[in-house]
Amino acid sequence: MQDMSPSDIQGDFRKTTLNHYDGSQRVVLVTDNETPYPEGKLIVSRTDTNGNITHCNRSFVDMSGYDESEIIGQPHALLRHPDMPAAAFEDLWKTVQNGNKWHGYVKNLRKDGGYYWVYATVIPNVRNGKIVGYTSVRRKPSRKKVEEAISTYANMS
Amino acid sequence: MPYQFTVSPDFGPDQLAGWHIFNTWLQRQLETDIHFETFDNFDSQRQAIAKDQVDIIYANPYDASFLVREKGFVAVATPQKPDETTIVALAEGPTQSIEELTPGCKIAQTDDPDISMMGMMMLEPANLDSNNTVLLPQNSYIQVAKALIQGKADIGFFLTDAFDSLSTLIKGQLRSLVTSDIQVVSHALLLGPELAARKQELSQKLADMSNDAQGNSLLESLGFTAWTPMDEEEMEFMIDLIEALAA
Repeated sequence: MQDMSPSDIQGDFRKTTLNHYDGSQRVVLVTDNETPYPEGKLIVSRTDTNGNITHCNRSFVDMSGYDESEIIGQPHALLRHPDMPAAAFEDLWKTVQNGNKWHGYVKNLRKDGGYYWVYATVIPNVRNGKIVGYTSVRRKPSRKKVEEAISTYANMS
Repeated sequence: MPYQFTVSPDFGPDQLAGWHIFNTWLQRQLETDIHFETFDNFDSQRQAIAKDQVDIIYANPYDASFLVREKGFVAVATPQKPDETTIVALAEGPTQSIEELTPGCKIAQTDDPDISMMGMMMLEPANLDSNNTVLLPQNSYIQVAKALIQGKADIGFFLTDAFDSLSTLIKGQLRSLVTSDIQVVSHALLLGPELAARKQELSQKLADMSNDAQGNSLLESLGFTAWTPMDEEEMEFMIDLIEALAA
């Protein structure tokens, strides 16, 4: 996954290096600009078993700020924000790899360095008894729950 | 015994006329007797399904999931039109947005399972759920509109198509607070186990429907422009989505 480019960023930013679950690293550029989650929208994507995106809907494209061609084939960690604790994603992966649903509040990183909060549900796609990929659905979160998540994540590694 | 064809009970009488004509078309295409059966509500339709009395169904996404996973139905085609949900309040009422709604909010809704699910989902930003709201079940979308106009309910859940097709007089008294933009969930035409072998044949005939004037006229009476063949994986994807939303 490519590092983020300063030319894509809107406004002042800070630079951080993320260490991903698979051992890879990515330099991300982050601003304090929040994009409000639009009413009624649902962000939908699917990944293969390695977490690489195979499908996404229009809302995914609109909210992430990337073109669809920049999204397909990329790891889902493309949206990972440095304020999200690694433990949250470890929990996500362990849960879905065991065949269970995961849900939680997630701060996602946009291409322009801004962010948006979602309430995310991830489920394994089981075909003939075997997990063949994962579907993730994101919807508008309650602001109260987001505030609780901010507080919880601040105390996690 | 003729086969039984039915449609999800979320359509008004205007659209049912179109489905009657569609049934005639189906009989001609499949060269077999098919009886068109309508149900007043989801409960009576589910009872018929449980007794294996339905062979062909135009199902909403929630029921389609159950029919495929539990009853061995196969998806044939979907209309080129996604299902969306609209939350509605009284035009002259105090509520301007979802986030103004408070616990104790009274919700008028039909027993349409996917619309109820999507509606409740769109109330989450206001910290509302089935534990802190009052559900007022109604028999039809017209009744949902009446419950709002009579001041019995604060908001109502509508299939967006059903809200759009309300009369101008009724619609003028109501205000849409939010409409979903899910894009990827729709009704589907399904064949039961006894007709499953004819899926490919029917799928092709449905896809061809928009190629002639008569077919287009029938599609128009059903409220959409074309059928898109649906393969097994597309159906499974929709089931995964419904499961994720129901979580």
